[in-house]
Amino acid sequence: MSAQELLTVTAQDGSAVGHDPKLSSEGLLHCYRTMLTVRAFDDVCLKLQRSGRIGFSIPNKGVEACQVGAASALEKTDWIFPSYRDFGMALYHGVTPTEMMHNMFGNDRDTARGRQMPVHFSFDKPIRFVSISSPLGTQIPQAVGAAYAMKLRGEKHVALASFGDGSTSTLGFHSGLNFAGVWKAPVVFLCQNNGYAISCPTDEQTASESFAIKAKAYGMPGVRVDGNDLLAMRQVTAEAVARARRGDGPTLIEAVTFRMGGHSTSDDPTRYVPKELVESWAKKDPVARFERFLEKQKLWTKEQGEALYAAAVEQVTAAVKEAEGTPPPKLESIFTDVFATVPQHLRRQGQAAFELAARKGDAGAGDGKFPL
Amino acid sequence: MATLTMVQAVNDALKVAMRRDKGVLVFGEDVGPKGGVFLATEGLTKEFGKERCFDTPLSEDGIVGAAIGMALNGLKPVAEIQFQDFIFPAFDQIVSEAAKFRYRSGGQYTVPMVIRTPYGGGIRGGLYHSQSGEAYFCHTPGLKVVIPSTPEDAKGLLLASIEDPDPVLFMEPKALYRTTKADVPEGYYTTPLSTLRTARTGKDVTVFCYGAMVPVCMKAAEQAAEKGIECLVVDLRTLMPLDEEGVLEAARQTGRVVIVHEAPRFCGFGGEISAIIAENIIEYMEAPVARVTGFDTPFPNTLEHHYMPDARRVLDAIEHVHGY
Repeated sequence: MSAQELLTVTAQDGSAVGHDPKLSSEGLLHCYRTMLTVRAFDDVCLKLQRSGRIGFSIPNKGVEACQVGAASALEKTDWIFPSYRDFGMALYHGVTPTEMMHNMFGNDRDTARGRQMPVHFSFDKPIRFVSISSPLGTQIPQAVGAAYAMKLRGEKHVALASFGDGSTSTLGFHSGLNFAGVWKAPVVFLCQNNGYAISCPTDEQTASESFAIKAKAYGMPGVRVDGNDLLAMRQVTAEAVARARRGDGPTLIEAVTFRMGGHSTSDDPTRYVPKELVESWAKKDPVARFERFLEKQKLWTKEQGEALYAAAVEQVTAAVKEAEGTPPPKLESIFTDVFATVPQHLRRQGQAAFELAARKGDAGAGDGKFPL
Repeated sequence: MATLTMVQAVNDALKVAMRRDKGVLVFGEDVGPKGGVFLATEGLTKEFGKERCFDTPLSEDGIVGAAIGMALNGLKPVAEIQFQDFIFPAFDQIVSEAAKFRYRSGGQYTVPMVIRTPYGGGIRGGLYHSQSGEAYFCHTPGLKVVIPSTPEDAKGLLLASIEDPDPVLFMEPKALYRTTKADVPEGYYTTPLSTLRTARTGKDVTVFCYGAMVPVCMKAAEQAAEKGIECLVVDLRTLMPLDEEGVLEAARQTGRVVIVHEAPRFCGFGGEISAIIAENIIEYMEAPVARVTGFDTPFPNTLEHHYMPDARRVLDAIEHVHGY
């Protein structure tokens, strides 16, 4: 492994000669099903957005192996500081499509009670998938702080900070990697280089010969890995995690991949991505490559794959039904969770809002006064 | 009781907190063996080790970002930003992250942390060692803003801030760090946040102030008393969340209000106090509200004594509202 050469384990034909994925057949299939669920979630959400039932979504097509391969190297006691294009990591560890769909609809059962845009998930079990914000790179030094706490308490956990190529230009990338190097913090930095930061290509993001090589200046190893190869992602992340658990400090992983869709449902990538580039990456689809690998292990047939995808769509569709049928948050939710207790001025503002809503006849069920 | 300066009281509070709770950590630029540029953290590394009190790389964004991660994961970080003027690289972490975690995660993730930072003028610090940026932060829902004006309050409010379940920006008036010594209770005690302190009672004019402006206002109040004007001087102590009821009660008592801060006037905290009074108790007011503030200019060096409100300017405002 090095900061320049690209590590691949699975060839395009699915062969992984001499490689031990250190996963049971069921473990491999769990990875596969998770990637299909990410894809099903994307497909369903795109339709929901196009038909106006949700406002926004973030597509993941092309980067599923990055998310799932990396997540498969973590334990439930580890922490994930994700970007908004990482929810496959949550799914892998057992967060359900229904929990996620409550967020997409911003309803009363959404963790954030509809306060955030869709795809800004927060889960604290079965794994810590830390609340996502929209500013970029801010989660990077936070992961380092969480890792410092683990180290101070003598725990053998790690924090994984995930971000895209654009985030390497932020303050948080520099401060996070710098602090982690100095503190030898048990953290893994996963840079998913998917080619574009919204519309800005990587060669306009940095003049560095790679993202991985930036690790050198922070005193940590940098690794470049084929992000469309689930087994390579798993191997590289597992090595970085093991290094962190041993107390040897952080690693920067650059996963080279490609975002096959837009940045979000509000984006039209045909305005800035050359068609030939999309076509060349389409041939390297991470799900198809993993299918060819599974096929060689006699764990996959086309029919089984189609059935599993259909099952994933069914599961996500059931989640939609449940989430769409859940009422919106109560008016009170605007004013709670700002502080641990509702202070005087917010109580007064909330009370005024309740009274106005009641007077105008647009108060919802349960909108009345603070139950405090 | 011990007799301490404000900076000694801050140091004492940190020691008491660190002895009480192993999860309390102190870090920032030069806070380790040197003890901080103002010596607020003197002796902490020696007593608690460099795992719990340490120097960080020179990055305010990193200091606050890492503190957030520590707080998310069960520690009680007390981060120091060496001068409030240098806090702005961390603005995103404070405003977009620390202040919003509870809200955006429905309480799943919370950030109980303190950012201590010396603020304000009076030390010939010019543009970048003198500013009072409290209004930027009071405008951020989810963040508490606390400013002490006495050694006893510095300790009690800092301990209350460390105990608080939400992020607190603790702004220390560096001009008062060593100006006076006062009795400070020993050991652990807290001064509740969001409570006002009546620094002086009076029936004629109410003066609202905080931080380094409190002794200025007390001096002006003494001079006013010599002229037969009795001032009620209110030390706000916690700007956010503000004890609005307490402010209104104090304003009602005299019907004449002067608000003093060294930060620039436009969109300053005094504007909010004035608006709260106007919205709620205008019928009790005998005179228009007067503000005595820094000017809407950058903070000057050589002429800082003209920029910062002094007793002369405050007294002038007191006489004006009294005679209206």
